[in-house]
Amino acid sequence: MSEAQVRKDRSQERQKQMIAEHYRRLARCGETGEKNVYTYVPGNLTELMRSFHALPVLPEINALQSGMRGKSRDYIAAAERDGHSEDVCTYVKCDIGMKRSGNVGPTGERLPDPDLLLLSYTGCFTFLKWFELLREEYDCPVVMLHVPYQGDGVITDAMRKYVVDQLREKVIPALEKATGRAYDEDLLRENLARSAKAEDDLVWVLQSARNRPSPIDAYFGGVYYIGPIFSAFRGTEDAVLYYRELREEIEERLRLGKGPVTPDGDMGEERFRVVVEGPPNWTSFREFWKMFSDEGAVVVASTYTKVGGTYDLGFRHDPSRPLETLAEYCMGCYTNLNLPSRVDLLARYVEEYAADGLLVNSVKSCNSFSAGQLLMLREVEKRTGKPAGFIESDLVDPRYFSAANIKNRLESWFQMIEQKRSGGGGR
Amino acid sequence: MTGGGRGHGRGGDGSCGCGPGEGGCGSAAPAAAGEAAAGAGAAGAVVARCTALMQDLRLGSVRAWKERTGGLAVGYMPVYVPREVLHAQGVLPVGIAGGGEMEIIRGDAYYQSYICHIPRSTVELGLDGSLDCLDGMLFPAICDVIRNLSGMWKMLFPGKLVRYMDVPQDFDPSMGGVFWRHEIRSLAEDLAARGARPLEDGALRDSIRAYNANRRRIRDLMELRRREPWKVPTHELYVVLRAGLVLPVEEHTALLDEYREAALADPDRRPLDQARVVVTGSFCEQPPLGLIKTLERAGCYIVDDDFVQVHRWLKGDVREDGDPVENLVRAFLEDSIAHPTRWIDRDRKGEELVARVRESRAEGVLFCAASFCDPALLDQPMIVAAVERAGIPWTGFKFSENTGQFQVIREQAGTFADSIKLWTGAQA
Ligand code: SF4
Ligand code: SF4
Repeated sequence: MSEAQVRKDRSQERQKQMIAEHYRRLARCGETGEKNVYTYVPGNLTELMRSFHALPVLPEINALQSGMRGKSRDYIAAAERDGHSEDVCTYVKCDIGMKRSGNVGPTGERLPDPDLLLLSYTGCFTFLKWFELLREEYDCPVVMLHVPYQGDGVITDAMRKYVVDQLREKVIPALEKATGRAYDEDLLRENLARSAKAEDDLVWVLQSARNRPSPIDAYFGGVYYIGPIFSAFRGTEDAVLYYRELREEIEERLRLGKGPVTPDGDMGEERFRVVVEGPPNWTSFREFWKMFSDEGAVVVASTYTKVGGTYDLGFRHDPSRPLETLAEYCMGCYTNLNLPSRVDLLARYVEEYAADGLLVNSVKSCNSFSAGQLLMLREVEKRTGKPAGFIESDLVDPRYFSAANIKNRLESWFQMIEQKRSGGGGR
Repeated sequence: MTGGGRGHGRGGDGSCGCGPGEGGCGSAAPAAAGEAAAGAGAAGAVVARCTALMQDLRLGSVRAWKERTGGLAVGYMPVYVPREVLHAQGVLPVGIAGGGEMEIIRGDAYYQSYICHIPRSTVELGLDGSLDCLDGMLFPAICDVIRNLSGMWKMLFPGKLVRYMDVPQDFDPSMGGVFWRHEIRSLAEDLAARGARPLEDGALRDSIRAYNANRRRIRDLMELRRREPWKVPTHELYVVLRAGLVLPVEEHTALLDEYREAALADPDRRPLDQARVVVTGSFCEQPPLGLIKTLERAGCYIVDDDFVQVHRWLKGDVREDGDPVENLVRAFLEDSIAHPTRWIDRDRKGEELVARVRESRAEGVLFCAASFCDPALLDQPMIVAAVERAGIPWTGFKFSENTGQFQVIREQAGTFADSIKLWTGAQA
């Protein structure tokens, strides 16, 4: 086993241990008295929550884990039986189904009831309804943080002030009440400084895909890389160590001229470099990934890995402006960007990562991502001159993952890319 | 009795021999709820005028207004924008409620099948030139579809004013209030930059007065419908409210007076043995007129609803003295309805609907949401729970603005109305 492999194992192992320990602590909240706060990935205020020694719980992560563990079908069915519409986001139904089936988390241990629902209303309307629904389930306090949308593609002073005021006047008092601790800005600053370090390394890792061959897959592999920073660990020493190790591991792959790791080991020849817009499917994640890796297709950039922060656009948490930086972080998350900004970003990815084209995976659940994607696709195609592909699936509802259909579409798209390359027409 | 079924059925799935439009499959049922009277007399004439306005997707009246006044016209999507601000700047606010049953040629290429219908018909209207008389469009923050449509509009119509109206979800005057005040001011600046009059306090106070007068008339009509629904059938009231989306507010107020007077004077409007229901869930994409008629023909008096809700977003009058922008802000924060698109932080979910059921002496609730409508459908389980706690019977179905077949809905609504009447009879 090479040194690189050992280091890779070390980063993966660390992430596994971090997650296991986190869920263990959550399961023991009842005995230890540790507090927990439910919140969302986009606009999560992990550094702030942790400055109150509260443990974050992210319902989207629980839902996607349920999808990967084959539990989501039953959870969704349970929610639909209880009157939830077939038309709405399956994350919500999966979460509600999980709650009603005992609230057992991904490690097989029971999740605690929330001490607080921190509704960071960032980039998704469904979030608002989801926590209204959870409030009915748990009958616990909720605090709402309204994060304005970047409708004009900019963050104005008024938007920043609005978020900071809410943080100061609403969110912090609610956390103080839920945890019984006073706000400690020094601790928050320390957490934010650690976040910035981890963010530097994450961005380095994501941008390593500019190399040819790319040492990473920025979508299928990317979802593992963003795990700690998008979920419960931003601002922790563990996250700093994880991203340092991950970076060293990728540096090593680069030195060795290796491509990304795939479900079947190291990838062979890099035949296609693609950019992906939209979340992945979790219920058939491995099968979905293999449809790419079997064809020698590597995802060099993706927007899903920006839902919890657009660090590659330059944003870093800034400990010298603790509340302002949290406000800017929230407003900068990918689904809080307007469509022209999303198009700009995608076109930029296609160019900067020398991609062969854009693929949109349009998920039925998510209007935040999906509404408007067909226009986005045409715009990016027009601007870059590279062929765009379109597939449809869902996040955690296996009823909407049609492997044969997706495979067919992907194959035709790859063919189109080849034709275009060989000057054989394309579109 | 609680629950008339969980309401999973998609509206309009049934098939029958009737064509789309007016009455759909209601033809087998007797005309009801004053429908016989409609189409005749003075009220019928008002309703016919309003129907023509509603069906004129090319906005002829708006074009004529622009020619006459030389003013700007700016469209807005559901549910709420502060129309007073536009009015005060000499701008005609034009409510866009989708394309109804129009044929979609290009709009479908912009949307996946699992997205509601109103954005695709709105894009169709934009692309076919129907909306070219509008100098801009406002997209209030009600859901991610409308939100993303604002970005699409920027890309599709680069010369037009396009604003996403981020209405606050914080209802504290010192936070959400400050933010909303800023949004209103910034909207006014954008309009002025396009050639509208600058926003002035005196003009805004006048506009608030004009809209208060309009809202008062509408509240009175609603009250009359609650009391004597046969006098104000909903298929009429609906089109009268739709006319308010395109007419200048003063004209619409006059029209409301005309309609009320004519409806009250009509001797043929007599009560029938119908079940009194509240229809809820259709605040954005609007049901086809045929669906409303179908519900009435199936034996329902619709005594409250949330159609064309911009007129009723604010529950009372906006203060007419003092700082007019602040008054609009306060009205939004403190006097807007408990709506699926806003965060409800104090009342328990559904309490307002239950209160509306009580006030209107309704005997049941019809959940009537557009297919794939996130705000309505995510809200529904919580509202159903509240309705069930209150012991109110309900049933539910979904529709699309271009639903042309109403047989399934008619049967469902008919069965529901019958069961309510039986229940009420047994209780008596
Ligand atoms: S609608 Fe999209 S962003 Fe919102 S919760 Fe569902 S998957 Fe997440
Ligand atoms: S019908 Fe519902 S989901 Fe569709 S645009 Fe309107 S509010 Fe949004």
